[in-house]
Amino acid sequence: MRVELKRAVYEENDRLAREINEELRSRGIFTVNVLGSPGAGKTSLISRLAEALAPDRLSVIEGDVASDIDTRALRALGIDAYQIETGGDCHLNAPMIRAVLGKMRVPDGAWLFIENIGNLICPAEFVIGEDLKLVVASVAEGSDKPYKYPAAFAKAAACVLTKGDLAEAVGFDEAFFKSGLASVAPNAPLFPLNGRSGDGAAALAAWLRLARGTCGAPAEGPRLEGG
Amino acid sequence: MHEASASEALVKMVSEEARARGETDGSPYRVARIRLVVGEATGYMRESLEFYVGASAKGTPAEGAVLDIRYVKPLLRCPSCGLEYERRRFTFECPSCGAQGSMIKAGSEFYVDSIELEPARAKEGAVV
Repeated sequence: MRVELKRAVYEENDRLAREINEELRSRGIFTVNVLGSPGAGKTSLISRLAEALAPDRLSVIEGDVASDIDTRALRALGIDAYQIETGGDCHLNAPMIRAVLGKMRVPDGAWLFIENIGNLICPAEFVIGEDLKLVVASVAEGSDKPYKYPAAFAKAAACVLTKGDLAEAVGFDEAFFKSGLASVAPNAPLFPLNGRSGDGAAALAAWLRLARGTCGAPAEGPRLEGG
Repeated sequence: MHEASASEALVKMVSEEARARGETDGSPYRVARIRLVVGEATGYMRESLEFYVGASAKGTPAEGAVLDIRYVKPLLRCPSCGLEYERRRFTFECPSCGAQGSMIKAGSEFYVDSIELEPARAKEGAVV
């Protein structure tokens, strides 16, 4: 007996993510899901954005397989940060965010940054309640990342390129990187950002403020045919 | 890990469907076949899905189900000649003029199209 299902494998996650997003939006909270490889500079990016955006109205959820090093680093800077330790899971999912939000006090109208697990594969597959995704790549990872991990780049509203001061030392081919990004994410702007000096954070913060003002329903490729 | 959590969710969905139909019809079903549609951009590999679905399905109505996977390729448009084409492996180039295309569909599908149910035979240890 053939039974037509046409059901997304992650439908439960997606439904919960929509609920989380609606709830956060109703409280005026704008949520950014930050993707990138281990060591791409996600935590530095978030700490620089906190300075540039609103240090007192910005909360962070830190996802890590193990340890709370990043959470402690952000708290030392006075940033409201909470840790999810997945104990091996390679991505965050909506139930994890639901659980941690119950323990947090994100102020109404705040920015909420979610630092996903350092990995360009699985985190691209899960919506977790965000309004948009940012993908972070460092020049040290090489210029081929958009070609090798198209899904993570295709789903990002913007791309941040970090550690530009190492470009010459590591032989980073910027034109090749940009060309790959243009193919997988033609509408995603690219922001260079130096996590150590903070250079570039102001431009990204300005873009995020604009995105926050104009962002409609969260963009996510459909799971069913035609995505 | 990537395919493991996906496989668990998949097995849960089709097993619940088989159980619900079994309750409605008054006799248990097993899942004989799962037709899955996977966008290439998701990165789910056939071999891994088969392995993890097989492992997750043990002791469920989906144990032993055949996994029938149809892959959907990303679709690109050439900025130069306007051709729309499926992505070939390892390149974004237009097959006609060689310019580098832009993705218009990422290939992010990941859904169960249909399943094939058949009457469950009594099997020791199987939960139906």
